[in-house]
Amino acid sequence: MSDDEEFTDINGKVIFLACQNHSSFCREFTVSVPKVSLRHVMVYTCSVWLVAYVVFFLTENTAVLSGAIFVTLVGMLLHVHFVKIDHETLLIIGSLGVQVSSSYASGRESTTFIEMSKIKDIVINESIYMQRVIYYLCILLKEPTDPDALSSVVPLFQSSKPRLNCLVKVYKSCQEILAQC
Amino acid sequence: MVLKIFFPQCCNMAASGLLIGHWLPGQDSAVVLAVVHYPFIPGQVKRYLSQLRNESQVELAVLGSWSMPKDGQEGMESFLRDLSTIFPQGRWLQLSREMGKKGFTCRVVQRDGGLLGEEGENGDGDGDGDGDGDGDGDGDGDGDGDGDGDGDGDGGRVIFIHYDQRKVMLCQLHPPEGGARGVGAVIGGEESSELRLVFSAVAQSQPLFFTDKYDDGPLKLTHWQSEGREGSIIVELAKHASVPVCLLLTWLLSLWTWLCSVTNLQPVRFVSSKLSTCVQLSYRTEHLQIVSSPKTALGHSESMRKANIFVSFFVDVALGLLLISWLYQENRISRLANTLVPVADHVAKELQELLQWLMGAPAGFKMNRALDQVLGRFFLYHIHLWISYIHLMSPFIERILWYVGLCACLGLTFALSVLSDIVALLTFHIYCFYVYGARLYCLKIYGLSSLWRLFRGKKWNVLRQRVDSCSYDMDQLFIGTLLFTVLLFLLPTTALYYLVFTLLRLVVVLFQGLIHLSVDFINSFPLFAMGLRLCRPYRLAEGVKFRVLCEEPGKPLHLMMEINPLGYGSVLQWYRTPTYSCYPKDSWAALCKKLFVGELVYPWRHKGTKID
Repeated sequence: MSDDEEFTDINGKVIFLACQNHSSFCREFTVSVPKVSLRHVMVYTCSVWLVAYVVFFLTENTAVLSGAIFVTLVGMLLHVHFVKIDHETLLIIGSLGVQVSSSYASGRESTTFIEMSKIKDIVINESIYMQRVIYYLCILLKEPTDPDALSSVVPLFQSSKPRLNCLVKVYKSCQEILAQC
Repeated sequence: MVLKIFFPQCCNMAASGLLIGHWLPGQDSAVVLAVVHYPFIPGQVKRYLSQLRNESQVELAVLGSWSMPKDGQEGMESFLRDLSTIFPQGRWLQLSREMGKKGFTCRVVQRDGGLLGEEGENGDGDGDGDGDGDGDGDGDGDGDGDGDGDGDGDGGRVIFIHYDQRKVMLCQLHPPEGGARGVGAVIGGEESSELRLVFSAVAQSQPLFFTDKYDDGPLKLTHWQSEGREGSIIVELAKHASVPVCLLLTWLLSLWTWLCSVTNLQPVRFVSSKLSTCVQLSYRTEHLQIVSSPKTALGHSESMRKANIFVSFFVDVALGLLLISWLYQENRISRLANTLVPVADHVAKELQELLQWLMGAPAGFKMNRALDQVLGRFFLYHIHLWISYIHLMSPFIERILWYVGLCACLGLTFALSVLSDIVALLTFHIYCFYVYGARLYCLKIYGLSSLWRLFRGKKWNVLRQRVDSCSYDMDQLFIGTLLFTVLLFLLPTTALYYLVFTLLRLVVVLFQGLIHLSVDFINSFPLFAMGLRLCRPYRLAEGVKFRVLCEEPGKPLHLMMEINPLGYGSVLQWYRTPTYSCYPKDSWAALCKKLFVGELVYPWRHKGTKID
C-alpha cells in the first residue's frame, strides 16, 4: 500500500514521498532525499587536497598532506553521521500519537514520539526563510495546564523542505486521522 | 475511539488462559500484565488478585481470555468465552491466536447497560464461524454483530502495542526537556500522560513478577520472570556489611565535622576558604555524608545521586592511588623537589630581567625616569626577598612534598587541588606585584577622574550620588590642575608596570582555572548514570518509539513499543552532581572594564593565600 511520488523541495531538487497505509488510523509518510552523490564527495575531497598540495608546495611540510587526509576523513564521517539526513518519517497513529524520526546517512536514527493528548493540531505554516517565504508542516502542542493555549510548535520535515503540494497531501491524510479520533 | 492493548512480548506464546491486567482510568487502553493458565479455580484467581491489589496498589483485574489453540483442546474456546460471567467486567477481551499466523484475533464484548457490542471483528472473519456464537455466553445478548456505532467496518479499531515487560518495568521515564529543571521533577511530572501511566502500572506491579518458573503456586502464570533467583555470596555479604560500615562512616564524619567546627576560628576559616584543598575536603565530606546516610534513598533521583557520588568517589580514589604508585617509585619525589627549586629560581631571574628591561626604555618608550627607577627597585627588592625565602625553604621542600603527596590517596581531585595550592604559593610574588601595580594604577585613575571633574568646574556629590557643578577658588584650581598634569604624565609608567604584571597574573590564573575545571569535572561527572546509559540504555528513557510490526488487512494493527534512551547530553544535564561553580562570575566585558579601571580581578575564586 505504498506509493513513491516524486516532488520537489524548495530548492527545486527532487525528493520522494512514500505514503504507507498501515490501517485506517495509522499512516506513515517518508520523505527521502537522494543519497550523497559521488560528484559532491569528489569535488570537496579534491578541493581540500588541492589546497593542501598548494600549501605543501609552499612550505614543504608533509604534515599538511596527512592533515588534509585526516580532515577529509573526519569531515566525511561527521557529515554522514550528524548532517546528512536520508529520510524523514512521520508515523501518525490515531488516538496514540505522532512519531517523528529522521535517519541519517550513517544509519543513526533520532526519534521523538508525541502523545496525542499533547497535540492540538497539525497545520501548514508559512515562514520567512532567508529571502523568501516557505511553507512547512508543523505540530502544535498544547499547554499542559491550559488546553486552549499553545505551548510550542514542532516543525516537520526540517531537513528536506518539501514544497506546498507535497505538504498538502500529507496534511490532508493527517487531518483525516485526527478527525477520526 | 480506538482501543489500545499493551501486550507483553513474553506472553506471545503463552498457553490459553485468563488475561490479567489493568484498565487505565479515563483512557481507552488496557495493559496486559500476565496470563493465568488454564487449570485454575476462579475463586483462587480472585483471591490472588485481591492480594496483589493490596501489595501493588494497582487496580488489577481480569481483562479477558486468551486462547492459544493446541491439539486436543477443542472445547477451550467456548469455555474461555463463558468465563466472562464469572469475572464481571465492563468489557471483556477475547484474544486468540492461531498457529502459523502472526496476528491475533481480538473481540471486545461490552456488557454495560445491556449493550453487547463487538467492536471490531478483526480476525480472519471469513472462517470464524463462532462470530455470532458468543451471544450465548451472555444472557443479555441483544443481537451481536456489527450493529454498534462504528460503521467503518472491520478496519480494526484495536491496536496491539507489544512491549518488553522487563525493560518497561526497569526503565525510568524522563519528562521532555521542558521540565529540565532538577531531577525532582521526574516523579512530580504530569501523571496524566498515558504512556506514563502504562509505565507506572507496569513498574508498580512488580510483586506480580516475583514468582519465577520454579515457584509452585496454585496458579500458573506467564509474565516476565527471572531465570530463578540467583544469589552471590559476595553481594549478600556486602549488603549485610554495608549497614555497619555506613554507621561507622557517619560516626567518623560527625566526629570530623565536630573537629572542624571546633577549630573553625577566624584566621583558620579565612585561610581554609582560600586553599582549594580545604574547599575540596569540605565537598568530599558533604558527599560522603550523603552517601553514608543510613536512610534509604527515596525515589529514583536520590538513589541515582548517591550512586553517582559513590562511583565517582571510587574512581577518584583509584586514580589517586594510581598517581601515588607512580609518584613514589624510583625516587620521583626527590627529583621533583630538585627541579622545583631551580624552576622557581629561574622564574625569579626572568622576572628580574623583565624588571631591568622595564627600568630602561622598554620597547623604545621613554618613561618617567625617576618613577620608573623607584618602582623597579621596589619590585626588585621584593624578588630578592622572595628568592631568599625560597632558598630558606629548599632543604625542607622534599620532605614537604613527600607528606603532601600522600593526600593523593584521598583522590586525584585532592592531588590536583594541592597542585593548585602549590602553584598559588610559588607564584605569590606575581600576585603581590599585580596587587601593587593595580592599586597604584587604580589610585591614579581615580585621582585623574576626580581632577578632570575639577578641571571642568564640577564635583562628585556623595550625598546625592551625582555630579554637581561647583565653583572653585583660584588656588584650588591651580593646585588641582598642577596635580592633574603630574598624574597624567606619570600615568604611562604606572600603566606599563600594571599591564605587564596583570598579564603575568592572568597566565597563573588561567593555569589554576584549568586545574579547578578538571577538579570540578571529576566531582560533578555522573559516572554511574553514564555507565547505565552505556550498558543498559533502557534504564534511562527519554520516551518511546513505535515500530509497525505486521500489517495485514483486516487484522488489528500490531505495534512494537521500544524504549528511546536518553541522549548523553541530557544524561549529563539530569544527573550532574551540583558542585560549587568555579566559573567566572563576570562577563568578558565586565572583566575588561575591571582590568581597565584597575580593580582587582579574581576570575576564579579568591586566590593568592596570605602567608606570613
